[in-house]
Amino acid sequence: MTEFLLNPAVILILGSLVLPFLRDWPRRLFMLALPIAGLVLLCSLPMGAAGEVEVFGLHLETLRLDRLSFIFGLIFHIAAILAVIYAWHLKDVLQHVASLVYAGAAIGAVLAGDLITLVIYWELTALSSVFLIWARRTERAYRVGMRYLIIQVASGVILLAGVAWRHAKTGSIDFELMALAEPGAWLILLGFGIKCAFPFLHNWLQDAYPEATVTGTVVLSAFTTKLAVYALARGFAGTEMLIWIGAAMTAFPIFFAVIENDLRRVLAYSLNNQLGFMVCGIGIGTELALNGAAAHAFAHILYKSLLFMSMGAVLYRVGTVKASELGGLYKSMPWTTAFCIIGAASISAFPLLSGFVTKSMILTAVAQEHLWVVWLVLLFASAGVLDHSGIKIPFFAFFAHDSGKRCDEAPANMLIAMGLTAALCIGIGIYPQPLYALLPHMVDYQAYTAAHVITQLQLLLFAMAAFAVLYRRGWYPPEIPALNIDSDWIYRRFLPQAGHSAMRLASQLQDGAQRLATSAWQTGLRHAGVDRAAKLSSTWASSAMVWWVVLLLGVLLLVMLPL
Amino acid sequence: MSDEKPRWLDQPRNVTHLVYVLYAACLTVLLAELGIDKHAHFAFENLFGFYAAFGFGAYVVIVLAAKGLRRLIRRPEQYYDPPESKQPPQ
Repeated sequence: MTEFLLNPAVILILGSLVLPFLRDWPRRLFMLALPIAGLVLLCSLPMGAAGEVEVFGLHLETLRLDRLSFIFGLIFHIAAILAVIYAWHLKDVLQHVASLVYAGAAIGAVLAGDLITLVIYWELTALSSVFLIWARRTERAYRVGMRYLIIQVASGVILLAGVAWRHAKTGSIDFELMALAEPGAWLILLGFGIKCAFPFLHNWLQDAYPEATVTGTVVLSAFTTKLAVYALARGFAGTEMLIWIGAAMTAFPIFFAVIENDLRRVLAYSLNNQLGFMVCGIGIGTELALNGAAAHAFAHILYKSLLFMSMGAVLYRVGTVKASELGGLYKSMPWTTAFCIIGAASISAFPLLSGFVTKSMILTAVAQEHLWVVWLVLLFASAGVLDHSGIKIPFFAFFAHDSGKRCDEAPANMLIAMGLTAALCIGIGIYPQPLYALLPHMVDYQAYTAAHVITQLQLLLFAMAAFAVLYRRGWYPPEIPALNIDSDWIYRRFLPQAGHSAMRLASQLQDGAQRLATSAWQTGLRHAGVDRAAKLSSTWASSAMVWWVVLLLGVLLLVMLPL
Repeated sequence: MSDEKPRWLDQPRNVTHLVYVLYAACLTVLLAELGIDKHAHFAFENLFGFYAAFGFGAYVVIVLAAKGLRRLIRRPEQYYDPPESKQPPQ
């Protein structure tokens, strides 16, 4: 049992429950110490299985450390530490507890050695993270949170059903590579797919993340979807279907991102697009592709956090992240602007930054399989990333036309968190070897070749030139206050309205049937020569009623007697 | 606001200069292609300026397609708000 407690997830989850009893500095230091302690423990644990527990005759392996789970556990800890620094100023203890339980649950899930442990932590990520949305304490946040929770819990329930089915069929709860040979595996894939925001299962992400608190969105962006990426890499590497799902995911969100006004929602679409690259790499399933997916997840968590941090700082200082209301903020927030540009250039995969050394592994792996259509889709999506994350986010928030808004620079703790994250983005970009050494497979990959640098710069600089031309000619779609419907329209508008219409139709049918029956009854009465409605509305004596009841019970008794 | 000192970027002329710098950078990386071996996986990659043309073209297609998409899916900001919370227009 003590071995079970020697788990970074347990440290974070149990430790965070102490936070409400602490105040000010002790609380802050303690909440920073928790993920650091978890990280130290993670690094000191031996490789292999541990924390074995017997529950209901099932043998659970609550901790399994190998190269794949280690790199995800590592980046989850780093993300948790950065998020704590970013939220240093925050007095709302609910959010601190929710963040750390959520991070702990995500870490527990990637370290889970069996599917039951995975399901438990999987559901805990849903239950804890919803408080980061509800912590905004508005009616709107409440509704969004409910939608988010329903979908997240549903993903867990589907996963559990799949695990149960698989256990019944194969007798195994091992969390290993699965073949899509039985319905259980399909259900498990569906559960993963919801959390990974597969096309048409994606909209909870764009719905919920932009509605969370300033600091909550930063935390949310790191864990849930990358946990799903890890689960796919563990369970379904090399599943060909994922190549096409991933390619679709890279492409379709970019169109929505271009015309979205809420800049944190733009980032949510962009997150969806980045997941597509990872899912595609997992679908390819070669060693290089899986390395690419893991490396890209690692780099992505950092630059996506950085972008959400910078937009969070804008929301914190200005009170809005609507592009139509922003512009010219570089004058007020120069540091935030600089960090945002570093994040934007990293996600766009400019040389010397982290996206460049990770995304290209996936593209190379696709090219090695000679999948030219998929490769062109990913290249197309790379130009799209440059638009919505590389240009749109920094340009419309900090430059474009001056909105006249003036504010203070972001608080020092936010700047420190952004600075550290930016430093990591640059560090990985310049010196990727330590990251490569941590990847699941030993593969010799060289990101910095003259050909790669020149072709990538051509792609990006010419796309930037296209922006310059379109924007200066007034052809770039203007930022306007509006919302765009997506697949959430089906369950937020179509189904409720269809249900409403069905109810109305049913009640109309009922009314019609009633009218028909009444008129038939009255016609019958008239023909029988009885005065209209007099028979039913006349007052009856109580004794008559009692006799009827006695008669009815008597008949019932006679009927029941033979039984 | 009026006592704020004007910034370099506030001058439209300077922005135009920046754009010219960008165009010059584009030309530089395009010409740099002549000096490298592309290690192409696909034959079409070897066309001169493939990445440059693809980047420019893809960008224009994305932006113009998104403009078209906006006509289909754009709704007022209060579209999803529950009826009781919708404010009557002032």
